[in-house]
Amino acid sequence: MISQAALALQGVTCTFVSRDNRAQRYTAVENVTLSVAPGEFVSVVGPTGCGKSTLLNVGAGLLDPSTGSVHVFGQPLSGINARAGYMFQTEALMPWRTARANVMAGLEFRGASDAGARADEWLKRVGLGGFGDRYPHQLSGGMRKRTSLAQTLVLDPDIILMDEPFSALDIQTRQLMENEVLDLWAAKKKAVLFITHDLDEAIAMSDRVVILSAGPASHPIGEFVIDLPRPRDVAEVRVTPRFIDLHKAIWDVLREEVLKGYEQQKLAA
Amino acid sequence: MWSTFRPSQKTLRLWQAMVLIAVFVFWYLMTTPGLIPPIMFENDRQAAFFFGEPIKIFVRVWNWFIRDRDIYAHLWVTLLETVLAFAAGTIGGLVIGMWLALSPIAGAIFDPYIKALNSMPRVILAPIFAVWFGLGIASKVALGFTLVFFIVFFNVYQGVKEVSPTVLASARMLGATRNQLLRHVYLPSATSWVFSSLHTSVGLAFVGAVVGEYLGSSRGVGYLILQAEGSFDINTVMAGILVLTVFALVLDWAVGRVERHLMKWQPRAGETEKL
Repeated sequence: MISQAALALQGVTCTFVSRDNRAQRYTAVENVTLSVAPGEFVSVVGPTGCGKSTLLNVGAGLLDPSTGSVHVFGQPLSGINARAGYMFQTEALMPWRTARANVMAGLEFRGASDAGARADEWLKRVGLGGFGDRYPHQLSGGMRKRTSLAQTLVLDPDIILMDEPFSALDIQTRQLMENEVLDLWAAKKKAVLFITHDLDEAIAMSDRVVILSAGPASHPIGEFVIDLPRPRDVAEVRVTPRFIDLHKAIWDVLREEVLKGYEQQKLAA
Repeated sequence: MWSTFRPSQKTLRLWQAMVLIAVFVFWYLMTTPGLIPPIMFENDRQAAFFFGEPIKIFVRVWNWFIRDRDIYAHLWVTLLETVLAFAAGTIGGLVIGMWLALSPIAGAIFDPYIKALNSMPRVILAPIFAVWFGLGIASKVALGFTLVFFIVFFNVYQGVKEVSPTVLASARMLGATRNQLLRHVYLPSATSWVFSSLHTSVGLAFVGAVVGEYLGSSRGVGYLILQAEGSFDINTVMAGILVLTVFALVLDWAVGRVERHLMKWQPRAGETEKL
């Protein structure tokens, strides 16, 4: 089972210790087992502050889990996950590089000789053909996200990790981007681990939705296979009866956790 | 009539020039012997002795630049000292700043010493540098270096510490090695901070050069001023100060040009660009 998965988290627990006070501990995720098969699109949803990003950072190799292990195509992961591309929630473009230079960055780091040509091709593919010489601050939010997408995908990673990549976009731009990602994914069939707090987005895009409990010490409490036919249009699929059934079934599980998370945040405040 | 000359954005330069002219006219009226009866002093030559006379100052500047052409050698020395101090201080601050910011243990060890050295009044080192490096260019460069180094050092340190964690994580995910992170993430971020302090550090390099010359040298504009002071030649002192001021303004303008060229990736306030 593990040897086949593109990305497999096994009993992962992450406990953060406060730097000022060693006794102050916070367990973000506890005993999480999660795997993504090659070509599978898996979404993780959960209430805010439940440690979704922590899981993704563990999968990326940016964060060492306190206990548990991570396997990438059967190999235990140590250090950065070189077979994964990561799309961050916040701005991750280098502000001192033009859009084109940003897309080229990963290829440059790896010493590819055709970096320029491949970057141009990807810029065109995400609809930014004429904007290569712009600096990030000269691009709109949606354009920056598309640049990030091109920056990640130009390296042709086997695993794509996405951390609420479209949460900062308006709804129209967001649906456009979601469809673009689905098209690109359908063409290449990569393993995708997609983090979101938006259940609609999760159902519309995924093969499988994993629900995390409220933090601290969050862990998966439910898993739903999304059997909606592909190809999907994220805007149209939302009004189909099957989507509504799934949404209702998942929301029944999620609602309690969302309320729990909300109560905890109110208590902490 | 008045509406065309009213202070506004259009007549800005005109009014700036008028302020300058007004200052010089006032200066001329108050100091020219015999022009108005002495108010402050006992006889009408004293104001000119203490404050100099604008006409004579301009004649002095004219003679330096046009008639005798003997200031260029001094200006060149001052410029060379400024540029060398600036370059050495910037490179030193950049290298040491990057090192201490990226190596937490080294940073922690040297932290109190860096702070101590920075709070030391550097100008008192000038005589020591004169003893160590002689009365030539080297001692002035050393003084300027101690002034520029800390400005650049603290900005680089800050710049490295403030690299966006997301950009850093992103670069690592894109496969950057440690050296590539240094070159493509830390260095550009640090340089943006260095450039924000560029005007200050060029100014301080200039101060180091002039103060160094003033305290002991055989060439440079600071030396000219010292010589004139020795013979109570107030007009030459004032002319020297005038030349230094204009020179500093030109340096500052040049730095601004370089900055605009190199920092074009940074958003500027009020810049709107329609896509």
